[in-house]
Amino acid sequence: MKISYYPGCTLKSKAANLEAAAVAALATLGIDVEEIDRWNCCGAVFSLTADDLIHQVGPVRNLVRAKEQGATQLVTLCSMCYNTLARANRIMRDDAVKRDTINRFMDEEIDYAGEVEVVHLLTFLEREVGWQKIREKVKVPLEGLRVAPYYGCTLQRPADVGIEPFGSFHLMTGLLEALGATVTPFAAADTCCGSYQVLNGEAGARSTAAVILDNAAASGAEALATSCPLCEYNLGKQQGRLLEAGQITTAVPTFYFTQLLAVALGVAPESCLFDLNSAASLDLLKTKNCLVAA
Amino acid sequence: MCDADNTTTKKTIRVATGDRAILPEGAKTIPIYIMGKKYDVPETLTIMKAMEFAGFKFLRGAGCRGGICGACPTVYRMAGDYKLHYGLACQTVVEANMYLAQIPFFPANRAEYNIEEIGGAAEAIHALYPELFRCVACNLCTKACPMDVDVLGYISALKQGNIKKAAQLSFDCIQCGLCASRCMGEIPQYHIAQLARRVYGRYIQPRAEHLAKRVEEIESGKYDAMLQDLSAMSKEELEKCYVEREREPDMTAPGAWQPKETRYL
Amino acid sequence: MTLTITAQTISITSIEQLNELSGENVKLCMQCATCTGMCPMTAEMDLSPRTVMHLVQFGMLDRLGDSNTCWKCASCHACTVKCPRGIDIAKVMEALRQHVLRTNRNYIEPSALPAERIAELPQIALVAAFRKLTS
Repeated sequence: MKISYYPGCTLKSKAANLEAAAVAALATLGIDVEEIDRWNCCGAVFSLTADDLIHQVGPVRNLVRAKEQGATQLVTLCSMCYNTLARANRIMRDDAVKRDTINRFMDEEIDYAGEVEVVHLLTFLEREVGWQKIREKVKVPLEGLRVAPYYGCTLQRPADVGIEPFGSFHLMTGLLEALGATVTPFAAADTCCGSYQVLNGEAGARSTAAVILDNAAASGAEALATSCPLCEYNLGKQQGRLLEAGQITTAVPTFYFTQLLAVALGVAPESCLFDLNSAASLDLLKTKNCLVAA
Repeated sequence: MCDADNTTTKKTIRVATGDRAILPEGAKTIPIYIMGKKYDVPETLTIMKAMEFAGFKFLRGAGCRGGICGACPTVYRMAGDYKLHYGLACQTVVEANMYLAQIPFFPANRAEYNIEEIGGAAEAIHALYPELFRCVACNLCTKACPMDVDVLGYISALKQGNIKKAAQLSFDCIQCGLCASRCMGEIPQYHIAQLARRVYGRYIQPRAEHLAKRVEEIESGKYDAMLQDLSAMSKEELEKCYVEREREPDMTAPGAWQPKETRYL
Repeated sequence: MTLTITAQTISITSIEQLNELSGENVKLCMQCATCTGMCPMTAEMDLSPRTVMHLVQFGMLDRLGDSNTCWKCASCHACTVKCPRGIDIAKVMEALRQHVLRTNRNYIEPSALPAERIAELPQIALVAAFRKLTS
């Protein structure tokens, strides 16, 4: 099976681990990942003012690329890209007036009317592969690894593009359980990590991150799974600083869900680029025997 | 006045001097609008020649006149249409009812850096030009480029951290600045692209081994004797030497030809 | 906080402007403060989201201009999904930001960011912050 894939800027450098692990994992499931050609930045955040269409042009241009290249669905990994593309797609599908204005503005592109479906990999895995098949393909079950499924904000909100309803975590739970991990639900699973506020006075984003990490640790989680490079930055990369500042007491290694999927499917750890994660993470997987023997 | 005496018109026909355009006999003129004012100019001229014909004198905003220096970017529009078009004044031929203005300079941000110090990572470019992340992918930059460079393509590549792709996509850029003049993100695309090409050349592009070898040979004095011989020659001897030089025949297959003189190979 | 309603304090034009920008009807708010309860950023805000909604209902843009609340909003939509009156409060916060940003003013200055921070931050953080906090 082939899937059309939109990576997003961060996955080409700082979050190359999110992508590399996904590509390797999907290969073991017999799925070819085909990156769409000539994509641009999705815009990262959806523009929320009613009259602002220029900021919809970026995401829509990517959807035009997907349509041009014959895709009917476009798979994304990054939560922010997913959210921005899916919301722009809804405008193009449902709002005839805005669609017409945007299409006229992009006079160098073919017209677009929401023909491509934007799908997050978690949805794709449940719908097109299924937890049962994944369970059967697991080579190194993540037995004894207690993982907190962290959704953040953009996977679930707002409701019209959420991969599942607000307050429900069945997709990541289903996946992690299929991989043999123990899922530790926690109250802050859909609390925002502070997002881009990390650039606007550091304290705010950090304290939000501290609340989430404390809450995850209190639930008994040894690791946290996410699908967003900005969550990974605020919760993972900054964790050392939070520990140093005494904002949190327990470290919670952060992983991309694709990395956990990959190691369970027997992908070599080198292919998951763990060196891009926070330092402690690979040791944890080693101690828990979650890595395929070298 | 002209109607009164045809012979006078013939006598006062313009003769070109310097940059002044030669108006061929019986040449048809067309109306164009330079900065909103109407001028009748010969239809065969480029915008730059037409402006000079109309009496403008370029102190800035003209350079190579060959379409490569980027000094004469021009925005124009045809009467009755909203669509803006872009071109170089020295390369674009005037059309009837063209409204035009040159934008010889745009005050776009240009970062200061030392190429030897910044290193070859994309983050160095990001730090020098954080406004790169204000791109909204509206594509007006690409539409404005008189050299048909995929400006949005190289800006996207740089956001992703792909310096090589950005350097290659921006290779034809002549630094005219029209992209920046149209950018709602206030991004100086052309300066960023130039930095990308410099970083690519300095840190990423593989070194040409044959060039390094040749430089080494030159520095070791291999060609000093030859240079001395040439310096000692009279002008006549030098000319003879030049005329009689060995030349590889056109369309020779690579490696198939060898000169008789092999001392300096 | 007591708000006195007079012709001087209330601005119908501002209310209309914010409704137009956000596409929402701020008058629907019943001041239940669920938004404040849901918001992860309240510790950083000088006015709670509920208080902001209250001032918005009177169109008090001058008073809101002194507040950092809309600038500390992370657009996470936690308020939106739980608002019992169905107001997309994240859109109202964006309208307040845009009211300022559309006059060519930045809330953060990209050129003032230290190089090490830019080098460390994921691209989506920069793109998102510049979209929300610069004009």
